[in-house]
Amino acid sequence: MPFPGAKRWLFIGIVLAVAVSYFAPQFNRYYLGVWTDVGIAIILATSLNLINGYTGQFSLGHAGFMAVGGYFSAWLSLKVGAGIAEAFWFFPLTLIAGGLFAAVVGFLVGVPSLRLRGDYLAIVTLGFGEIIRVIAQNTQAVGAASGLKGIPKLTTLGWSFGLAAVTIYAVTTLVHSTYGRGFIAVCDDEIAAESNGVNTTRTKVTAFVTGAFFAGIAGGLYAHHKQFLSPVGFGWLKSIDIVVMVILGGALGELIEGSLRMFCGRVPLKGLWATLGIVSSAVLLTWLPELLREFAEYRMIVYALLIILLMLLSPAWLFSAISLRRERRSS
Amino acid sequence: MDQLFQQLINGLGLGAIYALIALGYTMVYGVLRFINFAHADVLMLGAFSAFYLAPAVEKMLGGTSAVGVILVFVAAAAICAVIGMTIERLAYRPLRNRPRLTVLITAIGVSLFIEFTGQHKSVFGASPQPFPRMIPEKTFHFGNVIVSGNDLLMIGVTIALLAGMWFIVQRTRVGTAMRAVSHSQQAALLMGVPVNRIISFTFGLGSALAAIAGILYSIKAPGIEPLMGVQPGLRAFIAAVLGGIGNLPGAVLGGLIIGLLETFAGGIPGLSNYRDAIAFGILILILLFKPAGLLGRSTVEKV
Amino acid sequence: MSVPLLELDQATIRFGGLTAVSELSLSVREGELVGLIGPNGAGKTTAFNMITGVYQPTSGTIRFEGRCTRGVKPSKLADLGIARTFQNIRLFRSLSVIDNIRVAARLHNPQGYFGALWRGKGWKQCEAETEKHALELLEIFNLARFRGEEATSLPYGDQRRLEIVRALATRPKLLLLDEPAAGMNPSEKDDLMRLIHFIKERYNLAVLLVEHDMKVVMGICQRIAVLEYGRKIAEGTPKEIQCHPKVIEAYLGAAAV
Repeated sequence: MPFPGAKRWLFIGIVLAVAVSYFAPQFNRYYLGVWTDVGIAIILATSLNLINGYTGQFSLGHAGFMAVGGYFSAWLSLKVGAGIAEAFWFFPLTLIAGGLFAAVVGFLVGVPSLRLRGDYLAIVTLGFGEIIRVIAQNTQAVGAASGLKGIPKLTTLGWSFGLAAVTIYAVTTLVHSTYGRGFIAVCDDEIAAESNGVNTTRTKVTAFVTGAFFAGIAGGLYAHHKQFLSPVGFGWLKSIDIVVMVILGGALGELIEGSLRMFCGRVPLKGLWATLGIVSSAVLLTWLPELLREFAEYRMIVYALLIILLMLLSPAWLFSAISLRRERRSS
Repeated sequence: MDQLFQQLINGLGLGAIYALIALGYTMVYGVLRFINFAHADVLMLGAFSAFYLAPAVEKMLGGTSAVGVILVFVAAAAICAVIGMTIERLAYRPLRNRPRLTVLITAIGVSLFIEFTGQHKSVFGASPQPFPRMIPEKTFHFGNVIVSGNDLLMIGVTIALLAGMWFIVQRTRVGTAMRAVSHSQQAALLMGVPVNRIISFTFGLGSALAAIAGILYSIKAPGIEPLMGVQPGLRAFIAAVLGGIGNLPGAVLGGLIIGLLETFAGGIPGLSNYRDAIAFGILILILLFKPAGLLGRSTVEKV
Repeated sequence: MSVPLLELDQATIRFGGLTAVSELSLSVREGELVGLIGPNGAGKTTAFNMITGVYQPTSGTIRFEGRCTRGVKPSKLADLGIARTFQNIRLFRSLSVIDNIRVAARLHNPQGYFGALWRGKGWKQCEAETEKHALELLEIFNLARFRGEEATSLPYGDQRRLEIVRALATRPKLLLLDEPAAGMNPSEKDDLMRLIHFIKERYNLAVLLVEHDMKVVMGICQRIAVLEYGRKIAEGTPKEIQCHPKVIEAYLGAAAV
């Protein structure tokens, strides 16, 4: 369970990202752009998975944190001017600043909201996400309704993938530790967890704030990739997008684990296939709309159908990233 | 003073519409403990049904008439009742024993499906279309006060429907069954209540009310388009929560309060940009501090 | 020791119009094994919930090691030394057997958030210790062979035992057992009685036991308190309780006295 060698994997991931970044200019800009989007999507889905999947807190406002991080880091970049913004040390700083601001907002939203459960928590987080959007829409400093333009293009494929690797590392190592078992315990049974020494409020808020932090970083990456931010893109529809990605990721993860169990008799590296599921889901849901551009007018309809089908066909415990299907022990 | 009275009628008219929609949310929550996100879209479908039916009925009856209008209302309500029951049957019933959140997301999916399909050019198209003048615009003058006939109509229709609802829920067997199911599905099942049929009926009833509300809303508001249900749906949902989700009189009370609030607050400059944020803010405050709403009961979880 | 480990003083709790527990005064000393019995609905589990901080008493005080527990979170009380099991077993269904223990052992694992992220030497050591401790516990109670299995896939009796072992992993001073013998057959109940004795001796705990099975209660408890409709109607040694007229009346009705 403690997942030894995690840092090794992170190192490999970052090396790969740097390598890809080095060779990137040779590739088609369009493809690079979409793959950068994939990296951002992985960060969003992984960070939400910590909140929804592992800790079982249904948050429908993740896009709000993305907005906070995106707007803040973009505002910083524009404030310091092109000279400083281009410096190699600036970008990570502004990203972290965005992430931290998002984390603070996450804390402020989380503490009151996480007392609620289920439907109510979902609605409250949705509400907060919308409030953030409306505030952005009315704040002149970030362009209000017309949006924030001219953000320097600082995001590269390397940054996107590299930070995706960091996010996966962070969430995975957190969860696969004695400390991290607390998240899952809270998801399974709050009362039993509390009685066994797990401070459920602190655990839930920690998951929430961590998720918000990485969503903020994703927002910063997004802002410096598209070079334009509009409040419309951070509404509850975007939050649903991320939620669907996580759910699909969970389903894919279970599919992989189930297949492994069927063909190998057992599941090696249990608990890690969820990550592969999330990554696949992010790749799929980012690329599919691009590949099916000609059917754009049907895209949203199909997307809505996908959501419905996913829910109807999925196993009941889909919200936990870890396989919960009762194994039929061959007696 | 006259302004006040005018605004009051205005607010009550709007509130009446919200009340009708809120009833649908609250009834479904009562029997299924779940928030039907797709409810707002049924409202839209009701408006569009009327949009297509009105000219057809006119042609059939050779001109506008009270009978024609009633026919349109009833037909639209019936169509939406069927739609509501179909959605329940196909998308929600299979998930009856799943975690509540699964169904919530499905409802979101259904809502998005209806909205996006509606926006497709071969269906309704995304741009707003003018709603047919079914009911002649009449204004009444009481001294200096100008009261729109439409508002009075809305209040009147709502009162009539509420009376009907009250009768159904309190005095008929179906209504008693509904109340039984909302207390405990299991117990109701054991008592021989056909739970599935009652739930279907609840959806049908709620959808019919939403359809009527949709038509009334379209009479008030400029144009109809596939996303028209989102705003009133949100307001009505907040109204339902405000009154105590699951509580029918609460939904009505909540609807009227929200309608009045919106009408009177609409006069305050600078607020309109923050309308959505304020709406959600109210919702969050209710859920954080008094989740049972004004008339609801809070339940203690048994450990 | 003059100060009892756990002391309830006129603890009362009301839920709206219902008074679930009324002016309950009870104390448990270190190393004692006290039983709490009474007909269904007498308020025994509610009393447990008050002691563990899940409910706050409406009036009266509860003291643990001399300190008032009002407003203290259950997780903090667990840290201070109160552990419990539940009437309906509440194991963590997504976690394996050993991970269930790990969650409880988490209390005493100093490595937290940043430790897990950084994974330094100190972290690795603490993780190894926690694993060792958890495995040891499982072995003592004959559950080690199940360690990688899903906790809820175990046979019923083993699940109950696992829940008790999990509570032990928090290193409690006071262990509250809520109907541990429920659903067990006579030989399992004998094993349970031996288990509770063993735990009490080995870990030097005080135990407060809610149980319906009289053989178990009378067999192992040093002292028994009897609740009826939220009130304590009798307290004493098993022998005293067996003959107590009020107790007999509560269980069998006035005519039986």
